[in-house]
Amino acid sequence: MTVSHNNYVGRPIPRTEDPRLLRGKGCFVDDMHRPGAVHAVIVRSQIAHGHLLGIDASRALSMPGVCAVLTAADIKGEIGVLPFRIAPLEGAEPFRQPVIASKRVRYVGEPVAIVIAESQAIAEDATEIVDVSIEQIEPVANVTAGRSGSSYLFDDQKTNVASRYQIGRGKAQAAFEKAAYTRRERFSVQRHTAMPMEMRGLLAEWNSETGHMTVWGAAKVPFFNRKLLAGMLGLPNEKVDLIELDVGGAFGVRGEFYPEDFLVPFASRHLGRPVKWQEDRREHMMSINHSREIYCDVEIACSGDGLILALRAEIIADVGAYVGTTGGILASRTGQFLAGPYRIPDVDLDILSVVTNKTPAGSYRGPGRFESSFFRERLFDMVARDFGIDALEFRRRNLITQAELPYDIGQLVPYEGPTSYECGDYLAVLQDCAKAIGWTGKAAIRGRKIDGKYHGLGIGCFVDSSGAGPKENAVLRVEKDGSISVAVGSSANGQGIETAHAQICADQLRIPMERISIAHGSTTLLSEGFGSFHSRSMIMGGNAIVAAAVNLIETLKACAANYWGVLPLDVAYEDGHLRTPGRGLLSLAELACALDQPIEAFGSFGTKMKPFGYGSHAAHVAVDVGTGHVEVVDYVAFEDVGRMINPMIVHGQKIGAIVQGLGGVFLEHLLYDDNAQLLTGSLADYLLPTATDFLNVRAVALDLTRTTRNPLGVKGAGEDAIAPVAGVIGNAIADALTSFGVEPRSLPITPPALWRLVHESKSGTAA
Amino acid sequence: MTLLDVSFSVNGELFKVQVESRRTLADCLRHDLRLTGTHVGCEHGVCGACTVIVNDAAVRSCLLLAAQVDGWAIRTVEGLASGEQLSPLQQAFQDNHALQCGFCTPGILMTAQALLESEPDAGDERIVEVLSGHICRCTGYVPIIKAIAQARDVIKSGRQTAR
Repeated sequence: MTVSHNNYVGRPIPRTEDPRLLRGKGCFVDDMHRPGAVHAVIVRSQIAHGHLLGIDASRALSMPGVCAVLTAADIKGEIGVLPFRIAPLEGAEPFRQPVIASKRVRYVGEPVAIVIAESQAIAEDATEIVDVSIEQIEPVANVTAGRSGSSYLFDDQKTNVASRYQIGRGKAQAAFEKAAYTRRERFSVQRHTAMPMEMRGLLAEWNSETGHMTVWGAAKVPFFNRKLLAGMLGLPNEKVDLIELDVGGAFGVRGEFYPEDFLVPFASRHLGRPVKWQEDRREHMMSINHSREIYCDVEIACSGDGLILALRAEIIADVGAYVGTTGGILASRTGQFLAGPYRIPDVDLDILSVVTNKTPAGSYRGPGRFESSFFRERLFDMVARDFGIDALEFRRRNLITQAELPYDIGQLVPYEGPTSYECGDYLAVLQDCAKAIGWTGKAAIRGRKIDGKYHGLGIGCFVDSSGAGPKENAVLRVEKDGSISVAVGSSANGQGIETAHAQICADQLRIPMERISIAHGSTTLLSEGFGSFHSRSMIMGGNAIVAAAVNLIETLKACAANYWGVLPLDVAYEDGHLRTPGRGLLSLAELACALDQPIEAFGSFGTKMKPFGYGSHAAHVAVDVGTGHVEVVDYVAFEDVGRMINPMIVHGQKIGAIVQGLGGVFLEHLLYDDNAQLLTGSLADYLLPTATDFLNVRAVALDLTRTTRNPLGVKGAGEDAIAPVAGVIGNAIADALTSFGVEPRSLPITPPALWRLVHESKSGTAA
Repeated sequence: MTLLDVSFSVNGELFKVQVESRRTLADCLRHDLRLTGTHVGCEHGVCGACTVIVNDAAVRSCLLLAAQVDGWAIRTVEGLASGEQLSPLQQAFQDNHALQCGFCTPGILMTAQALLESEPDAGDERIVEVLSGHICRCTGYVPIIKAIAQARDVIKSGRQTAR
């Protein structure tokens, strides 16, 4: 397949999405209204763990305006269970979630009933008086309690360990036995989540005459979710459509199939009326996938000159009450990426996913990458200090060199085959990054107190895959006015794919971008598609559009040949026109008008060969030991993303991801008490970065090496900049506080947490 | 529940609505008047997505009841552009890639609009300070600060030219 190069790809084209969003003309799900629609509110368990004894809805049902209160008892036949969409773990099937609790509740926020009323306000009032009777069971509030076996979430399983496997490469045991140096450390990352600004919502409409279900508010993977919903409703696929509207951020959590994705359509069919459901922020916090809660016990073995020989680790993910649609992604990817972009011959991993009575956890931007980079990069700085080697030098010695690429990493996840890091120059990017932060020039201020604050530098490296999952499809159609309508299965979550996909299509057909319109995500557009996750919209969707464009040009030539009565070989396609010797020129509009049938072409792209992006980040921090506050004086990211469709969008993704990562480092925490009761229920409790927090963030995306793993030569660029943030900041803080011996080992690094570390450190009293 | 008669203007147009006393201005704008450009991100006054301009001040419409604004003048994001022509502020947002998903954007635009009207010479630090009342999950704020500063400069140079 030839990939055409025109002049849109690679340029910072302003986004075509922007004018409608800026003028308030976007259409998000809660902006949709359907005639006769009623409103749903979910009744959720307020108890973390218990036997569900009964639900008395009689008082709620007697309220004027209440249409129905539905519980598990209203579902005929078996209650649907949420499947593993990705990262399936063998043996974890019994730990999956039913779409509504029937006998047992396992987390605060678990749906037990759905109230439908004539208005949102009435439905909310009625929800308050649905009497839910629960007999409490000892809650499992954390993984330690989970492994102790004093209480089980699933009695018949007799364990809270939903999955455990050993995996690795080489012979770590032998390496540790003969190593000159070893060090063992424990690290952890706290439970937090993506918190997109638009909360979830759905609008479902059952058409009893045609037996058709339409659901607005789809995101991420509409085609997968359509199939799932159709199965649960006992309908054929073609009788269910999921429509994607504007989506106010997703970051991995939004668009997975949740209980409400069944309950709301189910209620619509039950009542024969459109049903709208819009969650509030408190609900969002207890019902959207949580993420990131990982505990890591890791040991490193090195030679006498500071070369890493082996790494072994026990990695435990607290997955909450159920193993959700993203399966074992959190623990498994933490394991896979623990070794990072370094030459580590022997790796031995023990990977556990443990259930607890908390909201189920799933993937959030860079799942396992953010966590593993924190563990690894923090450990490496401790090791470098033991050796008396500078952090930069330690990385130089151990990074995989360009000559060693492609580097075989073996099979580090059980549900995927062996893979390899492909191209790149890890050392060059590290050097650039170190230079940009002023690693040499600022050497004198490291660990020093200046104007009351201790200054420090931190650096870290990462590698990340992109473009997982099945193939993506696209259809291109020539309209009568000569414009091109593109339908692609990729879904938009706010990342700007309408612009980027139009750039790709315009170059491929060599026509102005203004003549291309991109429709995406909805199941009405294509018979089969997949969606967007794991930075796959350009890799899968973009290459599917390329394939469709190549096919469209052949179709156009054949149509024109037929029209002129010549051979297709004698027809040339040039910049939106068709030409044959002696017959002049036909524009796309002229050809489309001349023919009775629409001119269309299909294209598809799929690959199991994921490209690997990489980069280095560095930070300069200033720490106030009196308050524990950390100022991020400077933050620099250097990443080799290869070919960029739209550098402006890439840059925006980098800055956004870094600041999101800084939120995870300093602020964000979904807190539970000992009874597994969620304590963070508002944005006043769950702190997110605001404009005054992190002003000095710089990102440089490089087109240094290009992947050969897909025709466009693109890697994912939206997700990975979040990966190294915690490691880099942790290292910078440790560097600033060398004189106190402070080593951050867990997140978040809040002012009180850091203040405590300073005061607990040996020399802390000397401050 | 008794309904209250309320009338107020939105973007210069007069609206008369009957609302329950508990109806927030945000819900009234969105669901009664179908002006869905104003978004609701938290319903407890933290995120700022629902910000509108009430009598020339930027206000969170989720913290105001519709019944309170009787006789007042409201401006929403729908009133910023002149037809297809983006305002200098909106244009600066597009130029600087100051929005991704666009959900928080309407509220930020209204806050920035109110700021630049009341303090046309607002410095960058003042812009950051005012913007800190909003949550954006996509952009990391850096491009938003640039956009508002650009709009300030464009509006100021426009005024000078007009003189």
